[in-house]
Amino acid sequence: MGFGRRNTLILSLILAGALSGCGKKAETDSDITVIKIGSVSPLTGPQAHIGKDNENGARLAVDEIHAQGLTLGGKKIKLELLGEDDQADPKTATIVAQKLVDQGVQAVIGHLNSGTTIPASKYYHDAGIPQISPSATAIAYTAQGYKTAYRVMANDEQQGRALGQFAVGKMGAKRIAVVDDRTAYGQGLADEFEKAAKAAGGTIVAREFTNDRATDFAAILTSIKGKSPDLLFFGGMDPQGGPMAQQMKRLGLNAKLLGGDGLQNINFIKLAGTDAEGVTASSPGLPLEAMPGGPAFKTRFEAKYGAIQVYAPYAYDAVQVLVAAMKKADSADPAAVLAVLPQTDHQGVSGQLRFDAKGDTQGGAVTVYQVKNGAWAVLETVK
Amino acid sequence: MDIFLQQLINGLVLGSIYALVALGYTMVYGILELINFAHGEVTMIGAMVALSVIGLLLGAMPELPGILVVLAGVLVAIPACMLLGYAIEKIAYRPLRKAPRLAPLITAIGVSIILQNVAMLVWGRQYVSFPRILPEGRHEIWGAHITDLQIFIVVLSLSVMASLWLLVQRTRLGRAMRATAQSKEVAALMGVNVDKVISATFLIGSAIAAIAGVMVSAYYGLAHYYMGFLLGLKAFSAAVLGGIGNIAGAMLGGMLLGMIEALGAGYIGDLTGGFLGSHYQDVFAFFVLILVLVFRPSGLLGERVASRA
Repeated sequence: MGFGRRNTLILSLILAGALSGCGKKAETDSDITVIKIGSVSPLTGPQAHIGKDNENGARLAVDEIHAQGLTLGGKKIKLELLGEDDQADPKTATIVAQKLVDQGVQAVIGHLNSGTTIPASKYYHDAGIPQISPSATAIAYTAQGYKTAYRVMANDEQQGRALGQFAVGKMGAKRIAVVDDRTAYGQGLADEFEKAAKAAGGTIVAREFTNDRATDFAAILTSIKGKSPDLLFFGGMDPQGGPMAQQMKRLGLNAKLLGGDGLQNINFIKLAGTDAEGVTASSPGLPLEAMPGGPAFKTRFEAKYGAIQVYAPYAYDAVQVLVAAMKKADSADPAAVLAVLPQTDHQGVSGQLRFDAKGDTQGGAVTVYQVKNGAWAVLETVK
Repeated sequence: MDIFLQQLINGLVLGSIYALVALGYTMVYGILELINFAHGEVTMIGAMVALSVIGLLLGAMPELPGILVVLAGVLVAIPACMLLGYAIEKIAYRPLRKAPRLAPLITAIGVSIILQNVAMLVWGRQYVSFPRILPEGRHEIWGAHITDLQIFIVVLSLSVMASLWLLVQRTRLGRAMRATAQSKEVAALMGVNVDKVISATFLIGSAIAAIAGVMVSAYYGLAHYYMGFLLGLKAFSAAVLGGIGNIAGAMLGGMLLGMIEALGAGYIGDLTGGFLGSHYQDVFAFFVLILVLVFRPSGLLGERVASRA
């Protein structure tokens, strides 16, 4: 039942017609230039909720810029956000990156996870496209020497160091167990934490591993229990941290649970239920309420998309700082934008955004929170 | 010693969960020789439906006892999953019954993806948390902890397996199932309504999946549209380990896989002096699976698969 020759002919005629139609339409709209920006995060899979949050943050920024109107080099600009799904999977991330490069995007906001951001960054680097990640915190991302790699959040070195010092100094931990989820983020954070905790005088009694799809931690927690730690550090995300907090209680493991920004969100409290009480976790940057543009952003975001999960303000800022650079260069050309990005200084929602030579944010703060009465309460902000 | 005992309990509970889901794979395979990859997703839908009902009930009548609320959730989830299983068979598998064996396999994967995405649209991308309404009695045996829920999961999975075995071996429907498994054509000639038998298989398998789904989400405290995938994969491996198509094999395979995972994750790091960490637990589990299949290609208790391949 193959296509006959006549069918193929008719089909190609229809196609040709459609294509020429497109051409005509573009001519009449030539006074508006469309600039494509990619936004990549996991939109399916276990982290889809955080991924959609990032995309919504970027979309809010694009919509607001569109409402204000943007003119570059005397031409009216329309930003078009291409939302892509990398499934939090490094392999998919590279496919998506190549797809965006082929589609001719001028910049990329993303990816969400460090594990996807790092392999994808090579594609953007080779194509000479600026990449600003809202939430990838692994040190390796900006340590590759790529002039295209930027991020708007403090990295794991800063966060892990702050957490390690906090665990030993403020929480009084002596025997520490470390678990990570084997992702670039979780592992990197756990490594930095371990280094800092050791330096501060703590002893690491166990180092165990899980993965970012697991829900059962009984085996590793039992093994950890045998080494009687007084603190358990988890480098990973809330879908694992929630059940982990519950299973710790169930097994009678009476160590304090400490985590990074992967745990510091509302979803963790929902998942851990009453066992979330007393759990401590940090987040790079200031709490939303303390951000310069935090409360106003919250109102605008929630009116459109509902509750903020975690990184939306950073995705929003990533778009805003990119557009600030475009305005500064008076062009959306990737090379021109990359030339001015290091000098760009933008007052964002999350704080003042300036990059250092590697593409990291300068002076990123880390805030430590604890669950009290079913909500995250600020313990202290470490500069 | 208490640590070792605790690991055994961990493995037993995990294994019971695998076994409960593995029963569904094994039943369908035994009769149709079809690996119903959508089974994990039926489990997920069971959990989601039950959670919706539980949420509604808690909102309307907060003073109801927790067990009753969960029971109501299960009682709604079972018919919902049965209907779903019946529909999947009728729409996706029945038209392909005479097609080459690869076609329904690919269809099964397709159904699994469709169900995942439908669930994502209906219940959202968020993790749904299971309210803490079940009594959380905790017992201590020689330093190891076991909760009421864990005991219940093990007992339930054993009794579901036993009643399934009785159904297949002792009832008229069971005899028809066994006949259909041996040869659909001959069974039909002997007056067995093959379509009805296959539908019944899917109905029973889906009902068990619904129960398993609620158990899993109650135990881990969460449900997610993606949860069926990994659970299904593990349960499928368990079914293969025990000998796919064999009901006792599914149980044995599930228990073994659970034990291997728990003991592997618990001791692999200490035994290798930190050279291999607990992240090798899946590698370890699948290494055992491959080893078993090399020496017993039909699984531990499987007999029929080899003669058919």
